[in-house]
Amino acid sequence: MVMKENLNSKSEILNKPKIQISQLDIWYDECQAIKNLSLDIVSHEILGIIGPSNSGKTSFIKTLNRLNELNPHARIQGQIELDGQDIFSLNVQLLRKRVGVVFALPLPLPLSIYDNVAYGPRLHGLKNKARLDKVVEESLKAAAIWDEVKDRLKTNAFKLSGGQQQRLCIARTLAVEPEVILYDEPCSGLDPISTAKVEEAMRTLKQNYTQILVTNNVKQAARVADRTAFFLMGELIEIDKTEKLFTSPTDKRTEDYITGRFG
Amino acid sequence: MRETKQTEKIAFALLLLATILIIAPVVLIMILVLVRGLPGMSLEFIFGLPRDGMRGGGIFPAIVGTIYLTLGTAAFAIPLGILAAIYLNEYAARNWLTRGIELAIINLAGVPSIVYGLFGLSLFVAFLGFGASLLAGSLTLAIMTLPVIITATREALSSVPRSFREVSYSLGASRWQTVRFVVLPNAIPGILTGAILGLSRAAGETAPILFTVAAFYLPNLPQSVYDQAMVLPYHIYVLSTQVPNVSVRVQYGTVLVLIVMVFIMNLLASWLRARFRKRKVW
Repeated sequence: MVMKENLNSKSEILNKPKIQISQLDIWYDECQAIKNLSLDIVSHEILGIIGPSNSGKTSFIKTLNRLNELNPHARIQGQIELDGQDIFSLNVQLLRKRVGVVFALPLPLPLSIYDNVAYGPRLHGLKNKARLDKVVEESLKAAAIWDEVKDRLKTNAFKLSGGQQQRLCIARTLAVEPEVILYDEPCSGLDPISTAKVEEAMRTLKQNYTQILVTNNVKQAARVADRTAFFLMGELIEIDKTEKLFTSPTDKRTEDYITGRFG
Repeated sequence: MRETKQTEKIAFALLLLATILIIAPVVLIMILVLVRGLPGMSLEFIFGLPRDGMRGGGIFPAIVGTIYLTLGTAAFAIPLGILAAIYLNEYAARNWLTRGIELAIINLAGVPSIVYGLFGLSLFVAFLGFGASLLAGSLTLAIMTLPVIITATREALSSVPRSFREVSYSLGASRWQTVRFVVLPNAIPGILTGAILGLSRAAGETAPILFTVAAFYLPNLPQSVYDQAMVLPYHIYVLSTQVPNVSVRVQYGTVLVLIVMVFIMNLLASWLRARFRKRKVW
């Protein structure tokens, strides 16, 4: 039995859902942002989520690490499991350590580059200087910004350009060693070259992380996502392998959206 | 066209006049105090003890008393005010209790200062048995200063962008960690500025210290927090109403010293604010 599990472990990891969402509803006061959403997110995939604004994409990912709870108007119903554990019964700080997020606008803290990346690990108790140095370096390398900042780790993060700030934010998220990374339109304020660098970083991170990318840019989903989901007015209209969704969507509304007929 | 020009001129004149009217009292007070007070300035006046029934000599005990009293007020009001403001701004849920506390703070700010004096007399001096002392006076002034410090601190906390907090939470920080590492460091300049301005106001108050600490005349400096002390605002009151034949030099010299002390505190607040603003990057 054990043998068999070991043999299957590789394919099991690939197929076992990392996050399982069933019958999720999200309200803000009387307004419903997500309607009866059920969705499995596979380990190590990049899941793209596209859809016009106001379709519930951001509400959805903010629920996955319970950041939505900071909004007193938000009400959440339904079940979300991370590796089979109900996220609403997990310690919220540990959940947020496991499920990191990169926001739409680059949001460095008003600290040095080094301290930005070290912020998370320090919160979780890492004090050893040598180990902190190593985590900071590795995170900055993984976010493809190390070479640009290695000589000025002590300068204030606000001195960086927008694209560099966003990659710094990715490094900061990586530094707490999450399992899942949520991106909320991470390139909305970036130029094409910076965008390409961020996308490149995401592809490299694939081997170690499960990533969910909310984007207003349909082409970005086509470029980086393994699977893509189309949200409309709080409903999941369609989810499929990215190639399939973009070449032969089953729903008329998906087709209309990706061909640019609305949105 | 011509009429618009005319209206423009009148409006300009009115606005300028209003502005001049605002600064006029400040300038006049300064001139008056300087002209009458400067001739009395000397090292002996600042560092000496009163002589001739306070008609001559120096006002050193009153200066020291004011400094002690201000420090004592700071020691009580600043920690309490900052902690309360953090609770109200970062922790408290929006409910009837919070609204009640906020209302109480607003009302506290509106209480006349003589009422604080009587309150301090009955609670600290009489009921708690501190007597008329630096302790009772500091506590009374601290309560009076609390609303200012709480309001300034809350404003400073609110000015830290929400997004900073959200980033901190998203990395797994607890509420206290977020306050400690993200919110407070960025709010400190505003908090300090507000606290110093509140204290400078308290340093010049007369009514609250009248029954709680102020002494008419003391030959010695206060030795402990249970001692009475001479304080500048009350000393000015005494010199102008209770002691006959005091020279204008001594009266206005005392006023000048008090004003300079308050000015130094205000300047310190402005300097701190400017210094931190230069360092601020967001």
